[in-house]
Amino acid sequence: MTDLEGFRRETRDWLEKNCPPEMRRPMLVESDTFWGGRNATFQSDAQRVWFERMRDKKWIVPHWPAEYGGGGLDPARAKVVREEMAAIGARPPLRSFGIMMLGPALLKFGTEEQKREHLQKICAGEIRWCQGYSEPNSGSDLASLQTRADLDGDHYVINGQKIWTSYANKADWIFCLTRTDFSAKKHEGITFLLFDMTTPGVSTKPILLISGSSPFCETFFDNVRVPKKNVLGTVNKGWDVAKYVLQFERDSISGIGDRGSKRAMSEIALNSVGADDKGQLADPQLRSQLASFEVDEVAFQFASERASDQVKTGQAHPAFSSAMKYYGSELNKRRLELFMSMGGSDALEWESERSKHGQTARTWLRTKANSIEGGTSEVMLGIVAKRILNLPGA
Amino acid sequence: MALVLTEEQTLLRDSARGLITDKAPVSHFRALRDAKDRDGFSRDLWKTFGEMGFTGLLVPEEFGGSALGCVEAGIVAEEIGHTLLPSPFLASSVLAASVLSRAGSKAQKGEYLPKIADGSVIGALAVDERPKHRPHTIALKATRSGNGFKLKGAKAFVVDGHVADVLVVAARTAGGDDDAKGITLFLVDPRAKGIEIERTIMVDAHNAARIAFNDAEVTADSVLGEVDQGSAVLDGVLNIGRAVVASEMLGVADEAFSRTAQYLKDRKQFGKLIGEFQALQHRISHLYVDIEITRAAILKALQTLDEDFDNAAPIVSVAKARAGTTGTLAVQEGLQMHGGIGMTDQFDIGLFMKRMRVCQELFGDANYHANRLAELRAY
Repeated sequence: MTDLEGFRRETRDWLEKNCPPEMRRPMLVESDTFWGGRNATFQSDAQRVWFERMRDKKWIVPHWPAEYGGGGLDPARAKVVREEMAAIGARPPLRSFGIMMLGPALLKFGTEEQKREHLQKICAGEIRWCQGYSEPNSGSDLASLQTRADLDGDHYVINGQKIWTSYANKADWIFCLTRTDFSAKKHEGITFLLFDMTTPGVSTKPILLISGSSPFCETFFDNVRVPKKNVLGTVNKGWDVAKYVLQFERDSISGIGDRGSKRAMSEIALNSVGADDKGQLADPQLRSQLASFEVDEVAFQFASERASDQVKTGQAHPAFSSAMKYYGSELNKRRLELFMSMGGSDALEWESERSKHGQTARTWLRTKANSIEGGTSEVMLGIVAKRILNLPGA
Repeated sequence: MALVLTEEQTLLRDSARGLITDKAPVSHFRALRDAKDRDGFSRDLWKTFGEMGFTGLLVPEEFGGSALGCVEAGIVAEEIGHTLLPSPFLASSVLAASVLSRAGSKAQKGEYLPKIADGSVIGALAVDERPKHRPHTIALKATRSGNGFKLKGAKAFVVDGHVADVLVVAARTAGGDDDAKGITLFLVDPRAKGIEIERTIMVDAHNAARIAFNDAEVTADSVLGEVDQGSAVLDGVLNIGRAVVASEMLGVADEAFSRTAQYLKDRKQFGKLIGEFQALQHRISHLYVDIEITRAAILKALQTLDEDFDNAAPIVSVAKARAGTTGTLAVQEGLQMHGGIGMTDQFDIGLFMKRMRVCQELFGDANYHANRLAELRAY
């Protein structure tokens, strides 16, 4: 048996012993996700136990360097851990913007002190992060952001406002884009700052969406003082860090359709409209839409697999994540349109137990944001035009 | 198996691409079309295909082939698509070779496979009878006559039917016209008495034929596999054919796409390159993404045929369906974005549209395969 096969066996055994059965069921409600942080609470003992065991095993982030709290596993072993977890349906023990987005940027741009300060706490689920990017006047044109950071001795003083900050009202720290040079070209005066959300002058206000309550917040900065050593990367070169982080955000949004219940759409459809005497969905138009959708969904799954294989073999175009984000988000909107159509008037109930408080309808509405957040579909197509197809004036 | 080509497969692709773009650019197809060439393909180039090992790609080594797989067949087909090359590769090297390898008796394999492998014999598959692909709707009857059978009925849309040296014919020996059971595959000499072959010039100027059988006699040892049990073999071979046609369609789509992307960078109107117009940028970017999604599905189908043949049907249907929708989009956008010149016969882009239309109908279009996926998933 090779080393890797031996590792797989050990991993499988360890997971079997240590992953509670409750943590192997699909994640369906909000509290099923554990975000960590200073004010974290666990949904259940099982959730707590699972998190603590994975934390102590250093498998919260298996592929990060061990010196910073990660598992120190090479890509092949890290993949084995993911595969074995997937094989038993094990939930991720911790969801964290620190892992998904900030971590890679810290590893690439951070000073030794910053890596030691922050990565360990991310891996241990001690600090929960939020992302301060968009502003009311800077959405698609993110680089036009105006939140200012003025140098005053050893501190930057921050004034301004962010919008769409997910979980800002629950986060401990923020990674935030600020403008430090108002005379430079817009992409060249941005600085990436890290700071504590309990710093005086920071306040948040949740945003109610058409889908109901959401994690999104407005975040306000009123003379917030941040130590200047909290700059990630170089002053005025924060745009490079921002773009780097966006790549990871886009990968995560494109995979969005994979989460949730695995009940086949056709099962739901058959339940709603019935079958004809050939055993086929009694609504031929719906059947046709569902079949066409499933063709595209299956193809997209293979495309995701291929994209991942290309990254591993060094064949991937760096801008390809924009292509996948575009297609995946549009596909997800189609998926929920079909769910609403299949659910008929039952799916329209907004507040009943029967409809789980409008779960399908809320999800349908929430997916409308998938083609907007992390860069709109139109921006994604522009990136493909410019960076992959090299079209003029893109 | 990773969803990328191996090093050997990449080398095969490069060598097929090198040969085909050098010896058979689109002008090669035009010349055959305009001369109303009798064969509809170049025997010289076919000979070179034999020398390069392409004709024997799927034939087992003991019969002179290279025993490669569907991925490799798809790679060659994709390059064929790029230049609209008319070639018996699909009919003979893929379909006939696969039927014989899977269902042939020792004698039948020994007789035909070496010649299919070196290209000296061209095979063709005759299955469809109706305007839309319905492989089990077979009215062509094979009734027992002495020690053999008599064939009566007609086939349509037989690719390379008029140049074939041997035909594989799906006929009905039992059951109703739509039954999967009761179909038998026969090896038939196209020059036999009672067989009338009408070459049909199709919109894409590639080979196809209608074949009428008027009590054509075949011997008992012309049966491939078991009497009445032919649909299992037929379905398997059609799956291979679908994935390979999908690969050709991918080549056609990709070529239409890249020529169009280039045109956006060359053509000037209103004082600027038309590629600067955001509406066109978005459409060509969307097309690029669509093609890449389809590419992954087709490669997965080819790999699954090689690694898990019996379970390949749903993935093959996804691949062929995607090839149809993506391919149609590619040629429509290709023509539209070229403006008036795209409508001329002199310009190439219309030729891609014509070829794509024919490939859609071959072995089931996007509708057929979306429906098949639904059936396989029990709704």
